[in-house]
Amino acid sequence: MTQPNRLNSGGRIDRDQPMQFEFNGRRYSGFQGDTLASAMLANGVDLVGRSFKYGRRRGIVAAGAEEPNAILQLGATEATQVPNVRATQQELFDGLVAQPTSGWPSLNTDALGMVGKVFGSLLPPGFYYKTFMFPRFGWKLYEKYIRKAAGFGRSPRAEDVDQYDHLNQHADVLIVGAGAAGLAAALSAARSGARVILADEQSEMGGSLLHSRDLMGGKPATQWVADTLAELAGRDNVLLLPRSTVNGYHDHNFLTIHERRTDHIADRAPEGMSRQRLHRVRARWVVLATGAHERPLVFANNDLPGCMLASAVSTYLNRYAVAPGNKLVLMTANDYAYRTAFDWQDAGRDVVAIVDSRADVSGHYQEEAKRRGIAVLLGHGVIEARGSKKVTGAVVASLNADGSAVAGASRTLSCDLIASSGGWSPVVHLSAHTGSRPVWNDDVLGFVPGETLQQMKTAGAVKGSYDLVACLRDGAEQGAEAAKLAGFDATPATTPEVDSWPEAKAMALYSIPHTQPNSRAPKQFVDLQNDVTAAAIELATREGFESIEHVKRYTAMGFGTDQGKLGNINGMAIAAKSLGQSIPDTGTTIFRPNYTPVTFGAVVGRHCGELFEPERYTAMHDWHVQHGAEFENVGQWKRPWYYPKAGETMQQALDRECLATRESIGILDASTLGKIDIQGKDAREFIGRIYTNAWAKLAVGKCRYGLMCHEDGMVFDDGVTSCLGENHFLMTTTTGGAAGVLEWLELYHQTEWPELEVFMNTVTDHWATMTIAGPNARKLLAELCDDIDLDKDSFKFMDWRQGTVAGVPARVFRISFTGELSYEINVQANYGLHVWEKLFEHGEKYNLTPYGTESMHILRAEKGFIIAGQDTDGSVHPYDLNHGWAVKEDKPFSFIGKRGMKREDCVREGRKQLVGLKTKDPKVVLPEGAQAVDDPKQPLPMAMLGHVTSSYYSANLGRSIAMGLIKDGLNRNGDTIYYPLSNGQVVEAEICSTIFLDPKGDRQNV
Amino acid sequence: MFYIHCPYCDEHREEEEFHAKGQAHIARPLDPDACTDEEWGNFLYFRANPRGIHHELWVHAAGCRKFFNITRDTQTYAILETYRLGEQPSVTSQS
Repeated sequence: MTQPNRLNSGGRIDRDQPMQFEFNGRRYSGFQGDTLASAMLANGVDLVGRSFKYGRRRGIVAAGAEEPNAILQLGATEATQVPNVRATQQELFDGLVAQPTSGWPSLNTDALGMVGKVFGSLLPPGFYYKTFMFPRFGWKLYEKYIRKAAGFGRSPRAEDVDQYDHLNQHADVLIVGAGAAGLAAALSAARSGARVILADEQSEMGGSLLHSRDLMGGKPATQWVADTLAELAGRDNVLLLPRSTVNGYHDHNFLTIHERRTDHIADRAPEGMSRQRLHRVRARWVVLATGAHERPLVFANNDLPGCMLASAVSTYLNRYAVAPGNKLVLMTANDYAYRTAFDWQDAGRDVVAIVDSRADVSGHYQEEAKRRGIAVLLGHGVIEARGSKKVTGAVVASLNADGSAVAGASRTLSCDLIASSGGWSPVVHLSAHTGSRPVWNDDVLGFVPGETLQQMKTAGAVKGSYDLVACLRDGAEQGAEAAKLAGFDATPATTPEVDSWPEAKAMALYSIPHTQPNSRAPKQFVDLQNDVTAAAIELATREGFESIEHVKRYTAMGFGTDQGKLGNINGMAIAAKSLGQSIPDTGTTIFRPNYTPVTFGAVVGRHCGELFEPERYTAMHDWHVQHGAEFENVGQWKRPWYYPKAGETMQQALDRECLATRESIGILDASTLGKIDIQGKDAREFIGRIYTNAWAKLAVGKCRYGLMCHEDGMVFDDGVTSCLGENHFLMTTTTGGAAGVLEWLELYHQTEWPELEVFMNTVTDHWATMTIAGPNARKLLAELCDDIDLDKDSFKFMDWRQGTVAGVPARVFRISFTGELSYEINVQANYGLHVWEKLFEHGEKYNLTPYGTESMHILRAEKGFIIAGQDTDGSVHPYDLNHGWAVKEDKPFSFIGKRGMKREDCVREGRKQLVGLKTKDPKVVLPEGAQAVDDPKQPLPMAMLGHVTSSYYSANLGRSIAMGLIKDGLNRNGDTIYYPLSNGQVVEAEICSTIFLDPKGDRQNV
Repeated sequence: MFYIHCPYCDEHREEEEFHAKGQAHIARPLDPDACTDEEWGNFLYFRANPRGIHHELWVHAAGCRKFFNITRDTQTYAILETYRLGEQPSVTSQS
């Protein structure tokens, strides 16, 4: 296969390694060393996408991260799809498959393109806001089609087959960018012995030196790059990260680096290798040597395929041996871009003309052009590109002195490539990430990094210093300075001399005027990715948008995935001119992480699938799995939810579990409840201050239920605390609240009451806890325990005993969350499964039935026991819960919550209070969250009384039961209220006691 | 992400190990029952929201579990000092 635009010699490609690839269904070939973009250009692929709003044909413009058009969908299989890859940053590999992301129904026949042509004038900025946002619901209908037509990549429909990972790193000096300045900085820092990380987004380090034809110390620039990299690679204090984009600069010198480890090798990563890696680097000092992006010039039809950045043309010629055309017109406002015309001529191609907006300029570059016989049109501008599918000509005209108006007649030069250079914009993105505002510098006609609080130095072109010798020296000095500040003895590395010509002053030119006003001239594009034109920006300023931040949001300038890398400065210049003020007066440009898009894979790393979040298992987990339990996530714990038998529905399983427990005996794995061991001579006093009720007289061997409130008086946790010794307590908390409660205890101990001698630690994982509940609980326990007197009068309700269960040391607590005779057996976690199995061995004859959290909820609701966090929500105090019995008002110390629950709002009439609810139809189970009203026929909005907090079907009672908060509910026993549901149904219910079963507690006191 | 010096561990650690607990130096009234609703409300809810220097309570939750204080600039996110409970800040908005 031929590559029509490939040069026969030169470049950094390996012609002995041809590679096949596919774009838009067609097969092409390229070489090792190509990017996808250089290979496409080599094959003469002009059309890479359709534009966002007008559907116009677009080609490759740039050669790096700033590329706005060649945004492609990559992937040979569904599982390896990657959307929005810049072809300029994707290395070619054999078998690469790429698709355009825009163009619908196809790239060549684009529906939006027709819309754009016919209705283009009807698509002003703000069009989408003005049109599709009304009616409000409309956007949902339109969005799908607009997005499809606008051209965004699509996410894969199959699971990603590759692995991604994260690596935490520390560095003394992190250098961002391995161009001339970055390499020189790395040499200085590395020689000092500092730990250096040098990261560069390209496949090869060297930056612009890779396509430079300058001689450095008499040798080719690429030789100096190779020598420098060889030295750096030989030092074990240096980590070189090519293909690694520093995407975020965060507080306190924390930077994130996105390394593409295998994207250049194949469609998916080789076995055993992560595809991409996110380095999380904490650096002592950072040197930003991020360089600069060339600015294109804005002129009419400047989006035609065949309009490119001048430096990109040089890059394709010199680095990739690709000449994307035959006849070049170079449009420039500076000397540097002349090099592109010389490169083009040296590649054997025709330079039609150098069009220079400066009228009065003469120097080495102009002389060289003359020597080469290249026509130079001084004081001229390319005012319009001609062509329908791609560039076929450039309309040039003479300009006035400041380039603000066309001064003479225009003529058309025949060409197939227009390269333009409006100067350079320093890549200040990273320096802006932590809030430092870039500042305008009139000498370099661009924004440079502003002051920063980070430990950061900048070197080279990012400062607006574009001379190679100066960049090298600056790099060496800043690298040494950063190493010194990081505590190393560093001196600047010596840098080679470069024989380069002095450049004449560049002209401040951003957009080139047309013979027509911008509003009538053919479209002059500022932001190619978001289809923002010069006329649109002028319209925005006319409509009153004066701040550049508002102009950006109104026109969408800079909101593409390229973040306006090419267009923002030009857009600001046009807005400034339109507003009659300077660029710095118009505003600055601020950038946010990330510098270029980062894949979700890299963001997530290994934190996916089963490693997404830690999972906590109890000691009996395997048993639950083997017995068919369905699990529920409670915090990080996996708790058995219910144990369905073959053919059972969930409700049938719950009914069976609940009935078996109250009829004979059930067993619950309660290991996940938080357990905090509290010791010290003031432990009792401390607990009394934390809980709302009395603890002064709780004897050793006794347990007590307690409520915990915040200072506002609202309940946030509850549980049973047992007195293990005079100065030793075991506190239990809700499963999800355990860590928070421990931190709460530490907070008060450390900040308010450090004088109390008390120590606390979590022992949740140390113990396996199994609750046996039901009339046969004592009988079963007696079979496995012979050293505790289980007699009802010696081991009473709310007692605990130390003993041996199934041959294992155990603490047995006679407490109950079901209202049944119940024992919580705690053993060292390692013995948990053994004891659990022994209980089943002996419990079979009693039909010992395992029950999960759902049956636990039903059984406790039958008894009116609350669950903190379900029946409470941070606005409910103990009296609202009818739990005044758990508040000891006359404790000597004003316990946490006491003052809070006495506030005016907490003691007023009409607070929402927790009550029981019985639906009129016993089969109807109220949905949790349903809102109660007194009169369901009242007009909207209805006066709401409160919501249902807990609701279940109770097999033991043969009906539904519920609890809920109702305004003044404790005074409304027997009242009928209504729950209008979202499906139109209205459920009638009666307010009742929360205790549905055994109100006297006979079942547990046996 | 912050890089925080724990004054008890005497080491810099990543923010992930810490929890922020709000404004520092808010003492619980010694006799809550003697507080008016307004006084108690001020203690409960009213917090400074300065632009600039702020003293905050943090806890080394995934470390030594100690609470300590941070003087932080809310504009720049610079941490100016960390100090133990019971100590006073050396950097204040007055200094």
